[in-house]
Formats: sequence, structure tokens, C-alpha cells
Amino acid sequence: MRYAETGYNLEIDLSRGNIERVATDPRDSELYLGGQGTAAKILWDRVGPEVDPFSEDNLLIFSAGLLQGTPVPSANRTSVDTFSAQTGLYSHSLFGGFFGPEMKHAGYDKIILRGKSPKLVYLYIHNDVVEIRDASHLAGKGTMDTAEILKKELRDSKVQIAAIGLAGENRVYMAAIEHYNSSASRGVGHIMGDKGLKAIAVRGTKDINIAKPEELHKLCMDKYTEIYDKRVKYAGDVLTHENNETFHTNSFAWGNARERRKDFWKPEMTAEWGKVTEDHLLRHSACYNCPLDCHASITYPGRRTFFYKCYSKLTYAMAAYKDLHFNYDMIAVTQEYGLDGFSTPQVLAFACELYEAGILTDKDLPDFPKDTGERFFYLVEKIVRREGVGDALANGVYRAARQIGNGAEAYDHNTTKKFEQLPLKLGNLNYPFFLMYATGEKMCITQIEGAFPQDPIRDIEKRKAFVEGWEAAPERFKKWYLEWEPRTQPSIEASVNIADWNETGHYVDDSIGMCAYVSSFRGQFGGRIPYHMYNLPDFISLASGIDIDTDKLWEAATRSRTLIRAINNRRGLRRVDEKPPGDHWKYRDAAVEKQLLDEYYKFKGWTEDAIPTKEKLAELGLDFVAEDLINRGILTDNADTPVKEPSA
Amino acid sequence: MKKVKTIKVDIDKCNGCRACEMICSAFHATPKYSSNNPEKSKIRVLFDPIKDIYVPVYAGGYTEAECNGWDIYTIDGKEYDECAFCRASCPSRDLFTDPDSGLPLQCDMCLDDPPQDEPLCVKWCHADALTYEEREEEGEEAKKKPDEMEVGLQSLVKNHGAKKVMESLAKLKQEKD
Ligand code: SF4
Ligand code: SF4
Ligand code: SF4
Repeated sequence: MRYAETGYNLEIDLSRGNIERVATDPRDSELYLGGQGTAAKILWDRVGPEVDPFSEDNLLIFSAGLLQGTPVPSANRTSVDTFSAQTGLYSHSLFGGFFGPEMKHAGYDKIILRGKSPKLVYLYIHNDVVEIRDASHLAGKGTMDTAEILKKELRDSKVQIAAIGLAGENRVYMAAIEHYNSSASRGVGHIMGDKGLKAIAVRGTKDINIAKPEELHKLCMDKYTEIYDKRVKYAGDVLTHENNETFHTNSFAWGNARERRKDFWKPEMTAEWGKVTEDHLLRHSACYNCPLDCHASITYPGRRTFFYKCYSKLTYAMAAYKDLHFNYDMIAVTQEYGLDGFSTPQVLAFACELYEAGILTDKDLPDFPKDTGERFFYLVEKIVRREGVGDALANGVYRAARQIGNGAEAYDHNTTKKFEQLPLKLGNLNYPFFLMYATGEKMCITQIEGAFPQDPIRDIEKRKAFVEGWEAAPERFKKWYLEWEPRTQPSIEASVNIADWNETGHYVDDSIGMCAYVSSFRGQFGGRIPYHMYNLPDFISLASGIDIDTDKLWEAATRSRTLIRAINNRRGLRRVDEKPPGDHWKYRDAAVEKQLLDEYYKFKGWTEDAIPTKEKLAELGLDFVAEDLINRGILTDNADTPVKEPSA
Repeated sequence: MKKVKTIKVDIDKCNGCRACEMICSAFHATPKYSSNNPEKSKIRVLFDPIKDIYVPVYAGGYTEAECNGWDIYTIDGKEYDECAFCRASCPSRDLFTDPDSGLPLQCDMCLDDPPQDEPLCVKWCHADALTYEEREEEGEEAKKKPDEMEVGLQSLVKNHGAKKVMESLAKLKQEKD
């Protein structure tokens, strides 16, 4: 019997209208766990480097994590994996809420979509009933509108819906897939649109088997209580309950990632901005089986109710030099269009700068308003319709800059691997963060950072006390943390390890479906975290029956991570692409950066050109990957790489 | 005097976490905790985040026929569907019907095997949307309630007649043997 997972994937061919329920290999779950891990394996096996992201052969995969639908608290993240036309590379995003558990109760661990529907459709799943249905009546409809219409016509209030808006339909690269309080972004929405799939509506009523039900139940209930009791300090998204925005408004850059305003926040603003939230807040809401309530639903007159998550509470405001009221109004509009709240504000601020610089003119932007806020609304309408210059802007900053030309390239200073990054402008190079920005393949730093504290506790006695009970950390990190002098960088060796530990935590979470707010993302602020490499193996074993310990868990995550690197290597990713955004740090150090990368690649078992070596691949049981890379001339048999022009 | 056990529901406090569904279905699964399937929970949260509607409803037991009490209520500007607050397992909807057996589901206040001091859904609702209440009321202490299986069978007997039900059971048994 299969435990924790259903053992079946749903294979949908949208070109041919073919639907199949396919049994999966339990061995893959042992090797890659599930979620992102097993999705990566499918992408490696079935989508070669020659496949254009907009081709029928690209796959769009919705994966429930291994622990979704089990009693494990906060395991509700669904992974969406595909290839993005924006980056040309592997693209991945996660969303919480209720979708994944419902899909599992319907009897599927994954929904794998291939092909393209000739007309707009939605996918309806109710246990064994799976149908591709006409969605022409939903064309151009907002994401929440779509969910509401579908719920009504399906006469089922318990159906869970994930949908794209106009942005996704028009293949805007910043398009997201929206599911109430959660959304998947980073390049998955435009592929859903390209496939002609407006939404997925899923309803499931079947049981999910648990290997050791009683023991798991006990463990879960204790964890549930612990997460709830420690919620303020150690878990969840503080932004939704916090009205004091000093940290974000001071630390992140405003406009097109241009300027830090360290004196922007005044004490009285906590009450003023707090009131804006209070006046429009409907309630805080949770994701499936989580004791926290990180999502705020907000209503604005004349707008649809929306949900904000995390730093998207401020991204539009800061990009436009506006306030919270503006930001809320903006999310209300962009959530309906299905636009990502991280990358979209960057594109809008970039366009405004181009206009100020005379690179975009009134010819490109007829009747362009004077006020930046109004400009943002104006630009959004152009972008989601790919109208005029909106067509270029819809391809994200990197590509738009090159399409517009005329010096626009110089304004693209905040992307990595052709993808918009968080707007930062800092002083000294930060070693672990340099590595994470340069080498990460989840494209957003929030999906890479997290385990190791960002700063040392100044008081050494307090620091010692912290390290005493630091269960999440392997021993070596305790030593490095104790030795860390405030205002200095950790050693190269420590930095390499920190970058690796940080990202490995996310690869674990994203395979098992755990929310990073109670796990991989949360350690960096110096607190205890509910889940980590040392206690997760128990949850995984008791739920799934997979025999796993900390070492094996680390190895499984490394296996998925390495496979994803190889997937991107096959698409041309090389060392030369591994750079942080252009002016993220004011003071750079080429020699140290080179050393950091050299050491990191060595540590990871990658060649100097950032490709996993044959030995490393063999060690992880990925010999088939090595063989493929050698056959393609990407790796040589003696672990050396031929000098080849990178093309990512 | 008889003791009446109820759960008071504050829909303003519910955050839609569905922990109540999780714990109820796990505790009442056979074998215990073998699965946590919200569809088998005796409490369901009828929610629509877009309309800000969150209504936890615990199963009140089987009702024979569709009632004629349908109405649409608007409260605080929010429109609640027909049947939104109804606790019955009733033929006109799929709520509180076990998806495998088709039998109606009914809340037993967690007094089943082993009896709990406090309903588990109440215990695990950290948002305090659910509160357990016992009150004394005039009247006789209720007879022991029929268990779920009996309730289900009674309804089948009513709808199809005892003979038909017996025949079907015999057929099922034969198939199984
Ligand atoms: S911690 Fe917050 S975001 Fe994560 S699952 Fe819980 S409610 Fe959702
Ligand atoms: S546990 Fe409480 S807050 Fe959560 S869904 Fe149930 S009633 Fe609502
Ligand atoms: S009281 Fe017990 S049986 Fe009734 S709904 Fe709550 S958890 Fe379920």
C-alpha cells in the first residue's frame, strides 16, 4: 500500500483532450520525496533542452507535497513546475491554501499538463471524474471572479480552484496562478495561459493512507500546539499582523530598486498605516491545517476582495513612492488580473524611469498621467493586454529593456538570470547572500534564504544561550555562529556551508509541501523554528513509511537540487550567468567573489563552470544524468568541462 | 432535568484553517487516526474566502425529506447560501454523508470510544470560533441515541422498505464471501 501519497498522477494532454490516470514508481518518492523533487525528475525525463517553453511539449506540473493531506500541520504547499519563456530555464513556484490537499483526496499526487488547448478550457476534477471543459465564458475574467463563477455553476462550495487572469491568458511573463489567499508566480502563469487552461477546479473525498497513524497523530498534535504557542516569535508571516513597517521601508529600495529611505518611517505611521488596514480588513485567514493565520483579506470600495501575503503588502507602494492605501488598491486590481506582486512593481517602476529618461515617450505612452500612482494603473492595463509598449513590458524587465533598446538596458540593473529580484541597495558584499543570489535556481531570494541567522546576536552570553538550544543547526554552524564577529562576514568556508544549508532546507520543504514560514525561511531571524532537518524525518517516516533520517533527507534534497541544476545546464546555464543583480551591493570584490564561487562549486561537487561532476552525480544515484550530459558534450568523461560558450 | 450539550459557533472568529475537520475525521476514523479526510468529518467549514463567509457547521443528524425551510440570508451585507446554517444530513445535499458508505454523519460530541472531556474540534480551534456549552433543560434525559449505522439503516428502511434492504445486504455479503 502507498502511504501519504496516492500513488497516481493525472496526465492531461490538452492538445488531444486525452486524460489518463497513471501509477507512479514508489522508488521515485524515496529518491525525490515528492512535490518539486519528483516534478523535477519528470521534467528531466520528458522535456528536453530543445523544447521551447511555448511548445506543446513543455509540461506544466501541479504537485502536492509528500505530506499534504496527512495530519502534519502546515504541510499545504503545492508546487508548480515548468519551463519559463522569460528565463528559458526551469521555473518553479509554490502556493498554499487548500488546493493540494483537495487534489490528493481526489486521488492524485500530481496533475501533469501537456499540449495546448485550441480554445480556452478549464479542468474539472471530482475524484474519478476528470473533464476538460469549455471556459469561453471565463475569458478575460478576473481570478477571483473565475473562482466564484465556477463554484456557482458547479454547485459545489467545497471545490478548490486555481485560476489565471487576463495576464496569464495573454502570456504576460509576470502572470501568477491565484488561489484565494495564495498564488504561484515566478513564471508559471504565462505557461498555463499558453496551454489555454484558465483554471483547475478540484474536489476530492477519498482517504489518504498513513503508515503509522497513531504515532503520527500524537506527534502532529504536539507540533500543532507548539506552533500555535510560539506563533509570535518563531513562525508565520509577521507582516500580516504587524503595522510597524520600519524594517521593510528602511531596508528595501524604493522606485526601480534605486533608493533607500532610511528616515521614511516615522513612529506615528504605525498607527496611521495600521488604521488603513484595520478599516479595510475583513479577517485574517489560514491555510489548510495550520495553526497560524498569515493571510489578511481586505476589501476596498468598488474593488474585489483581495488577500495580501508577505511583502507584497508594500511592493507597489515602494516601487511607486506611494503609501499603503495605494498598495492595497493596486493589489485589488492586480490580483484579479493575476499578476505577481514581486516582479510586477519592478517592471512598472522600470517603465516610469524609462519615460523620465526620455527613452519611452508620449508616442509609446499616449496620455501618460503625471502622478506615478496613476501611471502604475495605466501601465498595468497596457501590460495585461500586451497593448503597445505593454507588449514589451509584459516580457519582464530584462527582455523589455532589450526590446525597447535606445539605452533601456542600463535601467535593467536588478535582475538575475533574466528575472526581477527584490529591490535591494546595500553597502558591503554579503558573502552567503552573494552565493545565494548568484547560484539560486528558485529565482527569488525568499525561496533560497532562511536557515542561518542574518546577524549575530551582539551579546555573546545571549548568543551562547541561543546556540545551546539550537536544535535546527548541525554542529558546525553553532561554532561559526559563536565565532561570528558583528559587522564582519563569515569565513568563505562558513559562507559556502550557510548558502548550502539555507537552500537545502527549501528543497526539503518544497518536496514535502511544508510551508517555509514554519520551516526553512524562518531561522534567519534568529528564532527557533518548528520544523527542521532533525525532526522532519520522523514526520516523513511515520506518514509515508519511507525509511529516512537526517542524512538521507539532506541527500534527497541535494539530489533534487543537483538534478535541477543539470536541467538548467542542459538549457545552457553556466558560471557566467551566476551573478547577483548589478548594483545590489555598493562595494564589490571580484577576487573574493571568484573565490566564493570556486569554493561553493567545489563544495557542491560542481565543475568550475557550475555543472555537477560525473562523480557527484554518481554519488547521488544520478548516473543517467551524467551520461546524458556527457553525450551532449556538456560534461566530459574525465569530469572536465569543455570550454563552451554559455547560452542561457 | 436533562443535560443539553452544544457547540456555540462564532463565525466572525473562524479563520478557515479546517483543523476542526482534520481532528474530527482523524478521531472518528476506523482504525482511529488511520486517515484524516475532511469529507468524513462531522464538522465542516462552509467557506468562501472571496465573500468572507466562514461557517463551521457540525452535523446534527439525518433528516428524512428535504425540508422547505430554504432561504437566503443576508447578514452584514454578506449573502449566505440556502442551507448555509443547517446542520442536517439531508437527501438534497451531499454534506454530512460518508463518501464511502453513503451513510449520514452525525456529531456525537466526541463521546464515543474513548469519551473526551471536551469536543475535539473545540479543543483544537485556536481561533475560539467554537465553544462547548452544557446546559440544563426541562424534560427527560434523552434515551441513548441510535448509533450512526442504525440511523443510516433506518433511513434506508424508510425509503426502500425493510425487505429490499435485507435483500441488498444479503447480496453484498454473498459478493464479499
Ligand atoms: S504559516 Fe501562514 S502561510 Fe504558512 S501555512 Fe500557515 S497560515 Fe499559511
Ligand atoms: S478550527 Fe476553528 S477557526 Fe479553524 S476552521 Fe474550524 S472553526 Fe474555523
Ligand atoms: S464534537 Fe467531536 S464529533 Fe462533533 S464535530 Fe466536534 S470533533 Fe466532530
